[in-house]
Amino acid sequence: MPDTAIEVLNTDILEDMFASAEGQGEAESVASTAFGFWLYIMSDCILFAALFATFVVLSRNYAGGPTGRELFDLRETLLETFSLLTSSVTCGFAMLALHREERGGVISWLAVTFLFGLGFVVMEVREFLHMAAIGSGPWRSGFLSAFFTLVGAHGTHVAIGLVWMAFMIVQILAKGLTASVQSRLLRLSMFWHFLDIIWVGVFTVVYLNGVY
Amino acid sequence: MFGRLTLSAIPYHNPIIMGGVSIAVISAVIVIGAITYFGKWTYLWREWLTSVDHKRIGVMYIILALVMLLRGFADAIMMRAQQAMAFGPNHGYLPPEHFDQIFTAHGTIMIYFMAMPFLIGLINVAVPLQIGARDVVFPFMNAVSLWLAVISAMLVMVSLGVGEFSKGGWSGYPPLTELPFSPGVGVDYWIWALQLTGIGTLMTGINFLVTILRMRAPGMTLMRMPVFAWTALCTSMLIVLAFPVLTVTLALLALDRYVGTHFFTAGAGGNLMMYTNLFWTWGHPEVYILILPAFGIYSEVTASFSGKRLFGYAQMVYATVAITVLSFVVWLHHFFTMGASANVNAAFGIATMLIAIPTGVKIFNWLFTMFRGRLCFTPPILWTLGFIVTFVIGGVSGVVLALPPADYVLHNSEFLVAHFHNMLIPGSLFGFFAGYEYWFPKAFGFRLSEKWGRRAFWAWLIGFYVAFMPLYVLGFMGMPRRMQHYDNPAWHPWLEIAAAGVAIIAFGIACQIAELVVSIRDRAQARDRTGDPWGGRTLEWWLASPPPFYNFARIPLVHDIDAFADMKERGIAYRRPAAYHDIHMPKNSGIAFVIGILAFVLGFALIWHIWWASILSLLGILGCILARAWSEDVSWHVPAEEVAEIEDRRYRALISAMAPATEEARRGEGLVHA
Repeated sequence: MPDTAIEVLNTDILEDMFASAEGQGEAESVASTAFGFWLYIMSDCILFAALFATFVVLSRNYAGGPTGRELFDLRETLLETFSLLTSSVTCGFAMLALHREERGGVISWLAVTFLFGLGFVVMEVREFLHMAAIGSGPWRSGFLSAFFTLVGAHGTHVAIGLVWMAFMIVQILAKGLTASVQSRLLRLSMFWHFLDIIWVGVFTVVYLNGVY
Repeated sequence: MFGRLTLSAIPYHNPIIMGGVSIAVISAVIVIGAITYFGKWTYLWREWLTSVDHKRIGVMYIILALVMLLRGFADAIMMRAQQAMAFGPNHGYLPPEHFDQIFTAHGTIMIYFMAMPFLIGLINVAVPLQIGARDVVFPFMNAVSLWLAVISAMLVMVSLGVGEFSKGGWSGYPPLTELPFSPGVGVDYWIWALQLTGIGTLMTGINFLVTILRMRAPGMTLMRMPVFAWTALCTSMLIVLAFPVLTVTLALLALDRYVGTHFFTAGAGGNLMMYTNLFWTWGHPEVYILILPAFGIYSEVTASFSGKRLFGYAQMVYATVAITVLSFVVWLHHFFTMGASANVNAAFGIATMLIAIPTGVKIFNWLFTMFRGRLCFTPPILWTLGFIVTFVIGGVSGVVLALPPADYVLHNSEFLVAHFHNMLIPGSLFGFFAGYEYWFPKAFGFRLSEKWGRRAFWAWLIGFYVAFMPLYVLGFMGMPRRMQHYDNPAWHPWLEIAAAGVAIIAFGIACQIAELVVSIRDRAQARDRTGDPWGGRTLEWWLASPPPFYNFARIPLVHDIDAFADMKERGIAYRRPAAYHDIHMPKNSGIAFVIGILAFVLGFALIWHIWWASILSLLGILGCILARAWSEDVSWHVPAEEVAEIEDRRYRALISAMAPATEEARRGEGLVHA
């Protein structure tokens, strides 16, 4: 190694050498976390893509069991769809309230979103239980295995979103709209809208395709 | 109460398994005893188990990888010994159901619990330092990833003594792995160990993608990033895109086994080829997840030890990206014999051969970097040279396998076993060894013994050829893979040669253990006092060895591809900045470790159908996540004075290391205030 001069510089003439900013600031850190969450959503898209592909491959493997046309009640599904889509709108209202920093508005719109989401999950569970009761459970055929898994995976995501939402309501009540609460609410709303988009795919590929 | 778990799950009637169990248990007792004897539990808990420091997490990943390398290699010795013996009337010492578990464990361990932790460990140690960051973007999540990897490896180890391991091969094809054909817990161990570590790996992928894209020092554009950081970026991308498919595949297989669904069953509307497609949709990108970081290490090592800039930096980057993209369009070459149409097979065959082009570009770039360089024949460069020669052979055999008609003949034969070992041993393991020796002084502050490193290299290289070249021959002779017993006398001598090769590799591993022991003993003589033992070119060599916990006291401004080489050329590498500022750092947390323990309970309970424990541990994990999300006390500020104190100590050490004779003179210049 060459004998490099080691000097201490009393004036900061080495502007060329050191960055003026020191690591990530608050805003950058929120953006990085949001970006990380986008990547998670992307990976979840892949997860659903694999489940959709599986469903499409098995969608006609009835093995002598019931078909989608016999099982699905599109009126129920329409209700589910509206419930979830409305919850996305109300989630948007919660975010608007967040931008205005209205704590009460955020909490009430989140509560409304929670109820619509809960309604969706309850309807889905009822549909599942009904199908299982008439002997069309996931073990009946390849088609039904894929149906329960794809729809159930989406439903599980919604249920986790509900737990998250309840936790956020408690956190807002306890802490107010702190920076970390705001950052987390931003990600919750990303997650919730993402689940909406997946549902549009489920509705189309599973239900409409199954009946028509 | 305990589901399927009874005392009869412990195979105490089998002396071979109990021998393995006792070795594992005795080693664990020795380690625990030593920690207790030296009173290191508090230190271990405070500094390591609860650490969120990427350097420490990286070291723990590598320790896991090295331990699991020993376990996976023990499996390899047993398989080679069995095949060398079990010819004609001799049936060897391993019954079929045990032999099947061993080859499954060998593949599973070497891929998921040796290679993956090794590369993630090296990325953890080096990448934040290379890009001028103080840690990864999500340090806590990084710790969770680590502990998920550790407990999943422990699940595999536990399967040795409690129950059994899968007999379905590392790729776990149904219908063999379905309930009617594998009713035991083996496949469940395999599923849950992979599922849990896979989730951890996915989090690592996200973590490093964000870290590399958003936390680089100012001035370090993407095209100024060190090549290892580039390969880490591409590997992370592959992880994020591929691992969810593994998650789905394993989940569907688990549903088949636990709920009675029909995804991959032979009847009732299942489609078992769908498993194969899904598995390799993940599995082929996984091959490049394993290989790309090693390519990055070879690039760093070649440039450092040739004493010049890497030849064709931009081409190297484009080649890496090309491989990343192509890795997603070749999965079908793992099962040309599925019976897809000739055109489909041809398309995948051609795509496979295309990968040889960017790989060839890389090989030439490394060679041209060495050309007219001043090569230092340290162990890392030896691994690189061994890799180049050996990997080309493996690549050529890969092009042979990429021809669908040839593949129909060679499919599932020992030729295939030879081919993928020929890719993965030089293509990733040698690279990891090179990276281990290259960054060891950075992590611990002293160099590893070159003498023992060289011995280890030669034993590994020669052992590799002796062990795997006979397998190519055996493939041409028609020997299928995974045979517990055979009657063909022509195969026998080749299998004996292969067994001798494994013995030579065993000598290499012994040399590596000696390397570590001797180096720790003689660490005073091999101390790296400058932080730059190899004349490095990238930012990690700018820092002290080991670096302070905050890595960079001031974030550097980057002007060139080889940022540190550029600083040295401009003569400003070792100048002390006039002022320091407070540094914002994450706090250690025990929650990640607790999540790991709970995940272990979850996996174990699911395997043995202990439902109450599964639900409780799942709720516990949820509670940990919520507790962490509730906590505001996750970071702290290092005061500027403390930074200045640590840095001044570093500058004093640098002065005495670089010019001991002129220390008095330097004192006069006013750096050392004392």
